Amino acid sequence: MSALAAYATSTGEAFQFWVLGTVAVVGALCTILMRKAVHSALCLAGTMIVLAVFYLANGAYFLGIVQIVVYTGAIMMLFLFVVMLVGVTAADSLKETIKGQRWWAAACGLGFGVLLFAGIGNAALTEFAGLGAANAAHGGNVEGLAALIFTKYVFAFEITGALLITASVGAMLLTHRERTERARTQRELAEQRVRDGKHLPPLPAPGVYARHNAVDVPGLLPDGTPSELTVISTLRKRGQVRDVSGEALADLKALEQRSSERLGRDRDEEEANR
Amino acid sequence: MNPVNYLYLAALLFTIGAVGVLIRRNAIVVFMCVELMLNACNLAFVTFSRMHGNLDGQIIAFFTMVVAAAEVVVGLAIIVSVFRSRHSASVDDASLMKL
Repeated sequence: MSALAAYATSTGEAFQFWVLGTVAVVGALCTILMRKAVHSALCLAGTMIVLAVFYLANGAYFLGIVQIVVYTGAIMMLFLFVVMLVGVTAADSLKETIKGQRWWAAACGLGFGVLLFAGIGNAALTEFAGLGAANAAHGGNVEGLAALIFTKYVFAFEITGALLITASVGAMLLTHRERTERARTQRELAEQRVRDGKHLPPLPAPGVYARHNAVDVPGLLPDGTPSELTVISTLRKRGQVRDVSGEALADLKALEQRSSERLGRDRDEEEANR
Repeated sequence: MNPVNYLYLAALLFTIGAVGVLIRRNAIVVFMCVELMLNACNLAFVTFSRMHGNLDGQIIAFFTMVVAAAEVVVGLAIIVSVFRSRHSASVDDASLMKL
């Protein structure tokens, strides 16, 4: 090795490694153990930010920034969008289709990990060269990467461009749905409604007589029971209808009790005056 | 500390991702675990780049990121279209090629 070869990093980097490395491993474990996909995505985003810091610590300044912009900025947000499309509340089923699959998977993972660790431990990696000379050769990390990408790896770079175009076209093709029938006009919809003969007027508004007018609060019928018709079907399906009829009735009861107490007190005072 | 510790961390993250792919059913979470494995590989590449003192490892990590971005776009599009036809994102339900 050259004179640049070293045997240990600075104490500060070691400290950073142990603290942030713990965060990264905990984030990765949470990614596979959290039951809801949103929590998994957030934990994975944390792990990716930690990895970006590690790239910066390793002298890969360009990759560190790209990691934050592309992975945590773009890819994880794409994941979150799809989680929203598919349904945030949908939790993973815990039913095992293959008996004992979880334990076999964990055992396989353990064996694989031991194998990897033994392989790394066996390799004689005691000294390292550092990136100082490589980064300085072209005036910086970004310039060095650019010099390599546009000379030695230019063909791979162009193929990458073709791959990205293909991927975006493919994604559009997969998610695009062709409309097979003409969209019905407003007049046709109105005629259909009259022909069906149910609910000619618009649906009743939420929150009528319920002392709240939020969209998830059903309106109350004159007898105090909530009317399902006043809440939109999406909220009804998700079970997010907030029932405040009990509250309203309790409030009414409290009001009646207070007024009766007051009336009673007035009567008592009158009797006392007399 | 020697940078080889970064390699151990990368191996650990890769193993966690692999176990996640095996035990989870939700296709989105399985996909996230694949991303975790790719990231672990990137960390190993960057560490090797530092150990050997040249930038080729970082170039490979950069290409991995680009390919991962393309893969995520297509994979998530497939998950969305499967969810549209089956109303489920579980990998167990998609056992037939056609509905």
